[in-house]
Amino acid sequence: MKLYLKYLKIHFMSQMEYRTAFILLTIGQFFVPFLIFVSMVLLFKKFDHLMGWTLPEVALIYGIIHISFSVSEGLARGFDSFSNLVRTGDFDRLLVRPRSTVIQVLGSKFEFTRLGRFFQSLVVLTYALLHINIHWTFLKILYLMLIVLSGITVFIGIFILGAALSFWTVDGLEIVNIFTDGGREMAQYPLGIYSKFIKRFFTFVIPFGLVNFYPILFLLEKSDKSLYAISPFFALIFIMPCLLIWQYGVTHYTSTGS
Amino acid sequence: MKPYLSFFKMSLLRNLQYRIAALAGIATQFFFGFIFIMIFKGFYSYSSITPDISFKALVQTVWLQQSFLFFIMLWLRDNEIFHMITTGQIAYEMVRPTHMYFYWSAKLLGQRLAGGVLRFLPILFIACFLPEPYNLVLPDSFTTLILFLTTLVLGLILIITLTMIIYISVFYTLSPTGSFLLFRVLGEFLGGATIPIPLMPDTLKTITYLLPFRYSGDLPFRIYAGHIHHEEAVISIFVQIFWILLLGVSGNYWMKHALKKIVVQGG
Repeated sequence: MKLYLKYLKIHFMSQMEYRTAFILLTIGQFFVPFLIFVSMVLLFKKFDHLMGWTLPEVALIYGIIHISFSVSEGLARGFDSFSNLVRTGDFDRLLVRPRSTVIQVLGSKFEFTRLGRFFQSLVVLTYALLHINIHWTFLKILYLMLIVLSGITVFIGIFILGAALSFWTVDGLEIVNIFTDGGREMAQYPLGIYSKFIKRFFTFVIPFGLVNFYPILFLLEKSDKSLYAISPFFALIFIMPCLLIWQYGVTHYTSTGS
Repeated sequence: MKPYLSFFKMSLLRNLQYRIAALAGIATQFFFGFIFIMIFKGFYSYSSITPDISFKALVQTVWLQQSFLFFIMLWLRDNEIFHMITTGQIAYEMVRPTHMYFYWSAKLLGQRLAGGVLRFLPILFIACFLPEPYNLVLPDSFTTLILFLTTLVLGLILIITLTMIIYISVFYTLSPTGSFLLFRVLGEFLGGATIPIPLMPDTLKTITYLLPFRYSGDLPFRIYAGHIHHEEAVISIFVQIFWILLLGVSGNYWMKHALKKIVVQGG
C-alpha cells in the first residue's frame, strides 16, 4: 500500500509538469460525458418517462456507473494499456521485482485527468439525490457506497481480464472496449429496458446489472426481492476469477524478447 | 492534381491494412447500434407523445451512423500530421513542390475512406437482415438514394475542411489536445451524434441548422430515412457547398498565414 501511494505521488508530479494540457484534458473529461447526460435530460423532456423510470431515478443509475467507471479507469489505467508492456517486453522487469505484479501494473499508470469525469458524475449524482423521493437513513447511504464500490470492482475486474488476454494475443484487444466503454454506455440506463439477451448477459456473465440496476430497484422500493438487495456482493466476487486468469497468464507468460 | 491523387491512394492503401482492427470496430458498432435502438424503443413504446420522427426512421439513422462513423466522426485524428508540426519535420513538407493544404486533405480523405470502406458494407448488410423493428430498409425511391449519396460525399468533404481547421490551429497551440477536444465536444453534440436532432428542443434545433456540423452526418442519414423531403435536401446541398467553400478558402488562407510565420527549431 505504501508503495502504491508512492507510485501515485510520482505520477501526480509528472502529470503536473504539463499543467495546461492537464487542465484542458480534465475539463474535456468533464464535458464529453456531461453532454451525454444533457442528451438524456433532453430525451426525458421530450418523452416524460422511460418505461416508468423518471429522470432523477435514471440520473442515479447514470451517476453510480460513471463514478465507478471514472475511479476504476483512473486506478486501473495500467491494465488498460498493459498490452504495451507485453509487446515491448517491459513486463520482464516487473517480474524480477520482489512485489506482486498486480500492484506494480496498477501503479504503472494513473490518469489524474479522470478527475474531470469523476466530478461530472458527482454533479449528476447530486442532482439525482436532491430530486429523488427517498427517505435517507444511515444504512441506505452505506448501501449506496457499497454499490459504488462493487461497481469499481467490476470495472477493475474487466480491465484486468482484458490485460490478461494480451498474455496470449500480445497485442491489445480492441474488443475489450465493448465491455468497458460499451458497458458504461449501456449501464447508464436501467438494464430493464433492454432485450432479454442483453439483460441476461450483463447479469450473469459481465455483472453490470448487479452494480446499479438491481440494487437501485431495491433502494427505490420498486421491487422487494431480497436477492436484488444482496446483488452487489455477488458483483464483488467477480474480481476473483479475473485475478485467477491474470495469475494463470503470468505463469504462462513468454517474453517477446525485445 | 496527379500528386494529390497518389497521396490519397497511398493513404488509402496504408489504412486498408488495418483489417483486424476494422473487425473489432464492426462488433463495437453493432453493440452500440443495438443499445441506442433499445433505448429509443424504451422511450417510444411507453410514451403517449408522438415525436416528429418515427421510430423506424430513427433506426435507419442509427445504423447509417454506425456504418459511416469514419465519414462523420470528428475525433478521428492523424497523429502523423501533429507529429510533423510539433517536431519540426514540417520543414521537409514545406520544400515539397506541392500545396500542403491539398496534400493533407488528400491524406485525411484516404484515411477516412479506408476506415469507412472496411466497415460500412458488412454493417449495412447485416443490419438489413435483422428482425423487425431493428432492420435497415432500402430508401423509398431512387431519387432518395441519389440525394443520400450526394450529401454523404459532400458531407465527407465538409468534414475534411472542418478538421483541416483543427490541424492548422495546432500551428499556434502546438498541442492538439485542446482544440480537438473543443471541436469534439461541440461538434458531436451539435451534429446530432449524441441525441438525434429531431428530438432536440426547437431552439437547439435552430442552432444546429446554423452550424456546419449537422451537414455531414445528420443530413444524409435523415434523407435516407425519408425524414427530410427532396426539396429541403436539394437546398441543403447548396448549404453544404457553401460551408465547404467557406471553410476551404479560410483554411487555405489561414494555413498560408501560419506557414509564413512558422519558426522551425533546429535539430
